[in-house]
Amino acid sequence: MGDDGEAMILDVDSLAIHYSTRAGAVRAVDGASFAVPEGRIVGLVGESGCGKTTAVRAIMGVLAENGRRAGGRIVFKGQTLDEAATRKLLWRDIAYVPQSAMSSLDPVYTVGAQIVEVLTKRGNAGRAAAWARAAELFDLVGLSESRLSDYPHQFSGGMRQRAAIAMALALKPSLLLADEPVTALDVIVQRQILDMLRELQQRLRLSMVLVTHDISVVAYLCDDVVVMYAGQVIESGPVREVLARPRHPYTMGLRNAFPDLMSDALELVPISGSPPDLADPPPGCRFAPRCPFALAACSTGSVLIARSDHRDHVSACLRDGEADQLRIAALDPATWQRSSSYATS
Amino acid sequence: MAERAEPILPARRSSSLLPLLRRMAAMPLKDPFAFTGLLIYVLFVLVALFADQLAPLDPLEILFTKAGKLAANVPPSLDFPLGTTNLGRDIYAQLVHGTRSALAVGLSAAVIVATVGTVVGLVAGYFGGTADAVLMRIADMALSLPFLPFVIVLTGFLGANTSNIVLAVALLLWPNTARVIRSQVLTLRERAYVEAARVTGASSWRILFVHIAPNILPLSFVYAAIAIGWAIITEASVSFLGFGDSESVSWGYMLQDAFTSQALSRGQYAWFVPPGVCIILVVVAGFFISRGYEEVFMPRLRGR
Repeated sequence: MGDDGEAMILDVDSLAIHYSTRAGAVRAVDGASFAVPEGRIVGLVGESGCGKTTAVRAIMGVLAENGRRAGGRIVFKGQTLDEAATRKLLWRDIAYVPQSAMSSLDPVYTVGAQIVEVLTKRGNAGRAAAWARAAELFDLVGLSESRLSDYPHQFSGGMRQRAAIAMALALKPSLLLADEPVTALDVIVQRQILDMLRELQQRLRLSMVLVTHDISVVAYLCDDVVVMYAGQVIESGPVREVLARPRHPYTMGLRNAFPDLMSDALELVPISGSPPDLADPPPGCRFAPRCPFALAACSTGSVLIARSDHRDHVSACLRDGEADQLRIAALDPATWQRSSSYATS
Repeated sequence: MAERAEPILPARRSSSLLPLLRRMAAMPLKDPFAFTGLLIYVLFVLVALFADQLAPLDPLEILFTKAGKLAANVPPSLDFPLGTTNLGRDIYAQLVHGTRSALAVGLSAAVIVATVGTVVGLVAGYFGGTADAVLMRIADMALSLPFLPFVIVLTGFLGANTSNIVLAVALLLWPNTARVIRSQVLTLRERAYVEAARVTGASSWRILFVHIAPNILPLSFVYAAIAIGWAIITEASVSFLGFGDSESVSWGYMLQDAFTSQALSRGQYAWFVPPGVCIILVVVAGFFISRGYEEVFMPRLRGR
């Protein structure tokens, strides 16, 4: 819970999720903490395999068969959740918008029938009321009521995503978890869907967690951002703050890797290397092997945990105090070509 | 879109399987091959239903000419459209009545194969684990049996009648259906809508029969249509080899009869060509229809 009195609808504390594999336990999420203030949109951002989706699935209590919660707490509206408790809340309080709406909709039933199924089986609406509500939901997401009788394949990608959002909102949840909701769409439709999400969020007073690897989506839609790397939260805070003045070298690098219309930089600068093997993560800071600013202490010290209630902007970097200087150095593409050698700056 | 031709309101209010089944039934009308196949079936079904009217003579009755002599090997005439056998039986009556046994064998085998194969495939694919292992090993065993010898041995043990031939065919054919459906179920059970149903508390059987089964139904139809053909061919083969039901007249029986009485060397084409053509027609019709359902199931095949 936030100490400053702002209500947190969701509070994830030192969450650890391990997948058991032949290679041993893979620590997909390792001590991640973040919170979602009521009525805000929190972006969970990071590259593929950093544990974003696993964290969201853990919140829903639907980990893969070989995954288990190895530690940490998930508190929703003051109630500590275990898997069984979460499943009771799914759809009613915590709803999910999937990435690929095509494989999320059953091809053999009409979209309307599927929404009605949720309303009658998961909620307790009667059939007539359910159809009326389904029409209302379609209206809410900008789809024509007449399309309720269509099958998923008759919908375009954007329409399917709208239908999936309508279905998620069917039972009036208070928290919406959206996993890459616009990744499969072209940018124009992306923007339409994002605008719609923003409008719905305000109209229905929703809280939302948006998982994405796209910084521009975060910048466009989110209030707060949580940056994950290799299963850990490395930086979090209000979006404007974090994107304007990133304090963790990874976030600085991430920002460099995305095009910016306003900047003069013609070249995008990648972060060299790849994320660590989570079955055997490096000691200390997990970004240290790729970090141009890493010191010897970075690879030996204990892991720093970024902890924030989103009012403040925090980072899990040993050199957090020098963030302002590092940020200037990070703008120089040459910095990123000599990784781990900037220690003496 | 083609489906828009359906009236909007009734379809919208029914969230059941009815629209799907209606589509499945309407499918053959869109594909010329499937349509031809269906037409052939309808024709044969009508012939089977009205066999007694179409061919009033008993196919096994030994006929005599007006002069009181055995009417053996009579060439085709108005009285005997396809002539008679060497024992004086009406070939046309045999052909018409043979339709009954062919369709009975084909359709009952198809129903059994599709039902057993689908249920086994669903259960094995969805539940996995021990159920899967046991069912699939049984399927392996059934697949390893040599086809015709098994049918002959089984009918030898249980008695050479039509229902035992159907049983043998069903025992041999269900594993193909079960395996294909199982592998399809394996991918379907990981779909998000199945997972959503599971985590929000839908029972396994509901998931299996409401969310997964409808998705593999076209596949069941494909295999049912193929099984019709296989069953008829098998029955014909077994009868041709002389292990068939001696009580009932089938096309395979006719071929065997013609073969052993050397109709071929006598050039009595009206005896053995019609039953052969009928077998080909019914089997091909089955494959045409299965092709149509395959296209429903795999739209990418369309137009190839």
